[in-house]
Amino acid sequence: MNWDSWQAFWAMGGFGLYVWSSFGMLLLCIAGEIGLLRRHRLQVWQRLKSMKSWDMQ
Amino acid sequence: MNFYNYASPATFYPLAGKLIPWFAVLAFILTIVGLYIAFFVAPTDFQQGEGYRIIFIHVPAAWMGMLIFVIMAFWSAIGLAWNTRLSFVMARALAPTGAMFTFVALWTGAFWGKPMWGAWWVWDARLTSTLILLFLYVGFMALQAAIDDTRRADRAGALLNLVGVINVPIIYFSVVWWNTLHQGASVSLTRAPSMAQAMLWGMLIMALAAWMYTIAVALARARTLVLERERQTEWVRGHLEGQP
Repeated sequence: MNWDSWQAFWAMGGFGLYVWSSFGMLLLCIAGEIGLLRRHRLQVWQRLKSMKSWDMQ
Repeated sequence: MNFYNYASPATFYPLAGKLIPWFAVLAFILTIVGLYIAFFVAPTDFQQGEGYRIIFIHVPAAWMGMLIFVIMAFWSAIGLAWNTRLSFVMARALAPTGAMFTFVALWTGAFWGKPMWGAWWVWDARLTSTLILLFLYVGFMALQAAIDDTRRADRAGALLNLVGVINVPIIYFSVVWWNTLHQGASVSLTRAPSMAQAMLWGMLIMALAAWMYTIAVALARARTLVLERERQTEWVRGHLEGQP
């Protein structure tokens, strides 16, 4: 085990800012990508559905 | 059933839908294991202290950024040669994820460079060529978004992709060819890695997690692209009756 306490874990031996900025950005990017993907899929789905009902008329 | 049937969008779509959850679950488990090793098993580096732990995401992200561009080039080449619709879809579906990983590689590199080198950024060959890779991704996506005709957009993007892929070996060998501030490879296929076992395993598992994530996300994006492109077909029209 590398850490005596949670405090030591978050401090990362003085590198906390750098380590957590890096991991945080990755988390943000992944969450963002999945979010955009979901939104885009729903938008496409809605658009295609309305196009289809337009065609039916 | 012929293997080539998988190249048909109507077969690909449901198959991808079934595969995505498996890759997503694998990515999740591997990430948990990888992060556990990265923070709790891998020892403190004797030179860089705890700051080195950034490499557990920096190196896999940089690998993926380069690899995805090569895989895209593979699909682009097949698409141009045989005019297979799904190949262009795959190249297009991979691009945003490749750009994301390249951006993360640059970002984490900056946050590693500041405490270790004393600079967020230097114009050394490795960093500069990686920045160019990010621009190539952005250029690929912008070019395809700018052309309305899907077929022409696909071909233009594929061409940019195939020319731009020359940059990947330049990135990879930049630390050998030029005198860069960026260190050389600690892990290579030709010799034993020059790092502690736990560090190596943590990095490899994180890289595998990145692979699984990439496959899951690219398949999901490809599915949406297929829906858009095949909207005139019976199977898409029928499929739209269900849930998204």
